[in-house]
Amino acid sequence: MKYLCLIYDNESTWADMPHEQAEAMMGEYFAFTESIRQSGQYIAGEALQPVQTATSVRVRNGKLSTTDGPFAETKEQLGGFYMIEAKDLNDAIQVASRIPSARVGTVEVRPVQVFEQPT
Amino acid sequence: MAGSVRETVDAVYRTESRRVLATLIRLLGDFTLAEEALHDAFIAAVEQWPRDGVPLNPRTWLVSAGRFKAIDTLRRRARFDASLGDLARHIEATADAPVDADDESVEDDRLRLIFTCCHPALSPDAQVALTLREVCGLATEAIAHAFLSGAPTVAQRIVRAKSKIRDARIPYQIPSRVELPERLDAVLRVVYLIFNEGYSASSGASLTRRDLSAEAIRLGRLLVELLPEPEAMGLLAMMLLHESRRAARTSADGELVLLGEQDRSQWNREQIAEGAALVERALGSRRFGPYTLQAAIAAVHAEAPNAGATDWRQIVGLYDVLLRVEPTAIVELNRAAAVAMHEGPAAGLRLIDAILARGDLASYHLAHSARADLCRRLGRTADARESYQRALALARQEPERRFLERRLQELHETS
Repeated sequence: MKYLCLIYDNESTWADMPHEQAEAMMGEYFAFTESIRQSGQYIAGEALQPVQTATSVRVRNGKLSTTDGPFAETKEQLGGFYMIEAKDLNDAIQVASRIPSARVGTVEVRPVQVFEQPT
Repeated sequence: MAGSVRETVDAVYRTESRRVLATLIRLLGDFTLAEEALHDAFIAAVEQWPRDGVPLNPRTWLVSAGRFKAIDTLRRRARFDASLGDLARHIEATADAPVDADDESVEDDRLRLIFTCCHPALSPDAQVALTLREVCGLATEAIAHAFLSGAPTVAQRIVRAKSKIRDARIPYQIPSRVELPERLDAVLRVVYLIFNEGYSASSGASLTRRDLSAEAIRLGRLLVELLPEPEAMGLLAMMLLHESRRAARTSADGELVLLGEQDRSQWNREQIAEGAALVERALGSRRFGPYTLQAAIAAVHAEAPNAGATDWRQIVGLYDVLLRVEPTAIVELNRAAAVAMHEGPAAGLRLIDAILARGDLASYHLAHSARADLCRRLGRTADARESYQRALALARQEPERRFLERRLQELHETS
């Protein structure tokens, strides 16, 4: 089963982090990604640019509206994601708990909805 | 004859239905399907047992009947939803294997059910409702009544929890050794919440709801039997030791009686003996935690023949250890009350004032009533009155409110 792990943390934590510490954190991310590639659980994963680059798009009555900023202003921001393959929620929780940001921020784990393909 | 078979079916339902359900959930992989199968299996028993006789092993018979009923149900529904046909074939393919409903695997299924109902991915409210519904077999209406909420609310909570178990794929598993400490904590917390709601209902006219406490103690016993971990024993001990005072906690006219003024001859000696023995076992393991320590404190109270003979030095010592493993303001407050008994009201008051000065527990009525009580004993009547009034403004339970009103009245009479 596929699970999306959404990584939320406070962007200022990263911005205020001393250079060596940020390097170490990046190293941990590379090692983590490599470990879930090896175990066959990695499907996709990306880090996102800071929230000030976000644009929210809505179409209402056929009219496009574009606004600056994320959908919701929150204390912790969506900073990246992994799409993983896990056998059940416990397995997915184990993987998510090893994402380095889980120690400073929050990882939201969501199962992917599977739709029946029309044949 | 038929009447006695019907009684047998009822008796089997009482003793086996939760076990059969736990096994059916494993075999069928779905809570709702398993509940329907359980229901159908008992209907089949009522029809067939009077005719064919009661089977040698009713549990295995019921599991097996339930599984075949579930396959029938899925086949019928497969006419409308083709995907269910695959599921029916899958269950059928495994159905030829003999039902492993021996004692050991059935006990494992009961643990799987408990751990799944108390999975931390479910909301605490849902964990409580689901545990009472599935593990204890309480009706939704009974759960709603006990928690003073509407039956539709509780029903919806249970439906949502089951959907999450299915959709997020929460596995039907006993946690691995690595996960066990965290997961056992979650289970113990649910049992404790149920007990507490029964022991000291958070609001309303009646102080206790005996049924919920009894359910929690039953759950506690089941846990100790299935998984004899020190903290499971500690929790069961704590529940038994508190429950032992139930008859003495309220007077004949429904008023609250404090520990120091209780008629100790009304305490349940059997529960005290069982609780004390469990405390010994848990402490002996050297892997005990907050539940065992709280039980040990309750055991010290239980051992004292009268309030004056209470070993307060030992109680303060236990609170010191408890405060290290659970550094919360509530534990600090309880420790302060013990210090007041051991060293005198002035020492206790200093500690309570320090907690309140931090802003912690400012809206907790028991902090103010404890402060009021110490001020009263020190003869500081005006301070006592002010704190009793503050406590009264915050208290929600009728017997507690009446108790505080009485104390205020007494202050008025003495000053």
